[in-house]
Amino acid sequence: MPSPPAKKISPAEGRGLYGGYGGRYVPETLIPALEELETGWRAALADLDFISELNELLANYGGRPTPLTQAMRFCPEKRIYLKREDLLHTGAHKLNNALGQIVLARRLGKKRIVAETGAGQHGVATATVCARFGLDCVVYMGVEDMRRQRPNVERMQLLGAEVRPVEIGTQTLKEATSEAIRDWITNVETTHYLIGSCVGPHPYPEIVRVLQSVIGRESREQILEREGRLPEAVIACVGGGSNSIGMFAGFLDDAEVKLYGVEAAGAASLGSGRVAILHGARSLVLADEDGQIADAHSISAGLDYPGVGPEHAALRDSGRVKYLPCTDDEALAAFERLTKTEGIIPALESSHALARALDTDESLIVVCLSGRGDKDLDEALAQLGRRA
Amino acid sequence: MNKKLVIFLMSGRETPELAAAAAQGGADLIELGFPFSDPLADGPVIRRAAERALSEGMRTKACLECLAEIRGRVQVPLVPFVYSALLEAYGHKRFVADAASAGASAILVPDLPVDSHPELRRIQLVAPTSTDERIRLAAATTDGWLYLVTLTGTTGARTELSSALAGLAERARHLAPPELPLYAGFGISTPEHARAAAEIADGVIVGSRAIEVAEDGPEQLRRYVSSLRESVDAAR
Repeated sequence: MPSPPAKKISPAEGRGLYGGYGGRYVPETLIPALEELETGWRAALADLDFISELNELLANYGGRPTPLTQAMRFCPEKRIYLKREDLLHTGAHKLNNALGQIVLARRLGKKRIVAETGAGQHGVATATVCARFGLDCVVYMGVEDMRRQRPNVERMQLLGAEVRPVEIGTQTLKEATSEAIRDWITNVETTHYLIGSCVGPHPYPEIVRVLQSVIGRESREQILEREGRLPEAVIACVGGGSNSIGMFAGFLDDAEVKLYGVEAAGAASLGSGRVAILHGARSLVLADEDGQIADAHSISAGLDYPGVGPEHAALRDSGRVKYLPCTDDEALAAFERLTKTEGIIPALESSHALARALDTDESLIVVCLSGRGDKDLDEALAQLGRRA
Repeated sequence: MNKKLVIFLMSGRETPELAAAAAQGGADLIELGFPFSDPLADGPVIRRAAERALSEGMRTKACLECLAEIRGRVQVPLVPFVYSALLEAYGHKRFVADAASAGASAILVPDLPVDSHPELRRIQLVAPTSTDERIRLAAATTDGWLYLVTLTGTTGARTELSSALAGLAERARHLAPPELPLYAGFGISTPEHARAAAEIADGVIVGSRAIEVAEDGPEQLRRYVSSLRESVDAAR
């Protein structure tokens, strides 16, 4: 059985601050809802009924613990292990967070759920848990992402969710998130905003981190069991940063374990962003000198986001985590290579982490395989065909 | 006491002329929008106006120049409506100083709740969801008047005046210092709304509809503002 969520929350995090990042930059209308959410969250964490309900769902509905698979043919020179979040129900790590938040939303008495989605994985996870518990579900999705991730749109609709196309601005995750927040402002009394990444106003970054930390906790136990030692490095992809923050949470205190976050080169908030405010939090963001938010560019819809969770910004500043870029071409090559050598089709997002696992100095590595790649076949095959 | 009429305009090349028309039509105060790429508090009309303004190059410096130009043409108080992302990039103190020297009499930040950055003096906003404690704090720290957000939602015209305004205004009257003016905004678009809101509050703020009318030019805006003026003056 999975162990309970880590309850370790620092005093600064308790106020939503990560080395000056984070906070609550939202209209006053939402503040009482954020306070209600925070109070409900603290009460839930202290309640064994919440913990055991969540653990039961994670195990018997979600399929946890997920396996740790050694990828021997992918990279024979190294010992690379894959944390198989692609085998979690719905095909990505997003379900960990969606299950936790839906149990929380029910405790708060909310009947309606709104969410944003980029690649569609969070939207599918949210639609899934809403179907499971019989709650109304509205998912905002940019029309560009709806085109790139058509199978996920169909899955959400089949699950009973209403997918609302977002046609403004960049028509991707950034605009979908803004629209979901605007919906929440409008329907705040009946609605829970089920955010999909460790971004947004306090307490969302903390909630998502704690709910995703099951990835790192399991990985640490599993690698110790398999190798009798900790890995030299842990690698995960970073869009908003939820699979990586959950993975890193298991290893932050192990100083000898190097941590690498991998960003899409065209959406590298941590690599080339500046301090700015987006979606209710102060963090590192692709923005211009006036604070206007810039467009991100990535082949992977899940990484196509100009911001990143505030805790990642603090981890970059402290040097505990090193953030590396990965180009579309490198990610596609890793996508193809894992598929051909291991019989595992990875999500394009996770392929960014796989690409860097091949060329870092360390040789005993755990990579978070955050999701499966079925959703990406159209996009990946078209791109690979073009490059052939 | 005369009820006040506040008109919101988005910064742009035409805005000084529009502001002059609004003042002629009887606006007592002009709120000047500084466009932001991701405005969480705004509905579709102001969002589109912001997109247009940004595509015309209305960045923070250009908006401050626009403010100064309006100051040269009208006598009424001017208040920048500016998202915290722009303040973060420009620097809070520097912005306050530069806005004041361009002629602003206060600033309004729609996404900075009352308990964050208390050192930044600004017009505070309260909403129907605000607790009494937060209304008291906002009323005690606001700069000149208190902004009552009439509804839970984003900016933009509605068919009816929000029924939440009366309750919010009553709570705010009870919790605020006795002389503090309360102005109501969000969702007010017709002269009938304006009159009804002015019977409850000390002033009314009209944004999205003013932006739409302003697209037809200054003369249309002047007439629209006059019609609001008459309704506000007719309020008891």
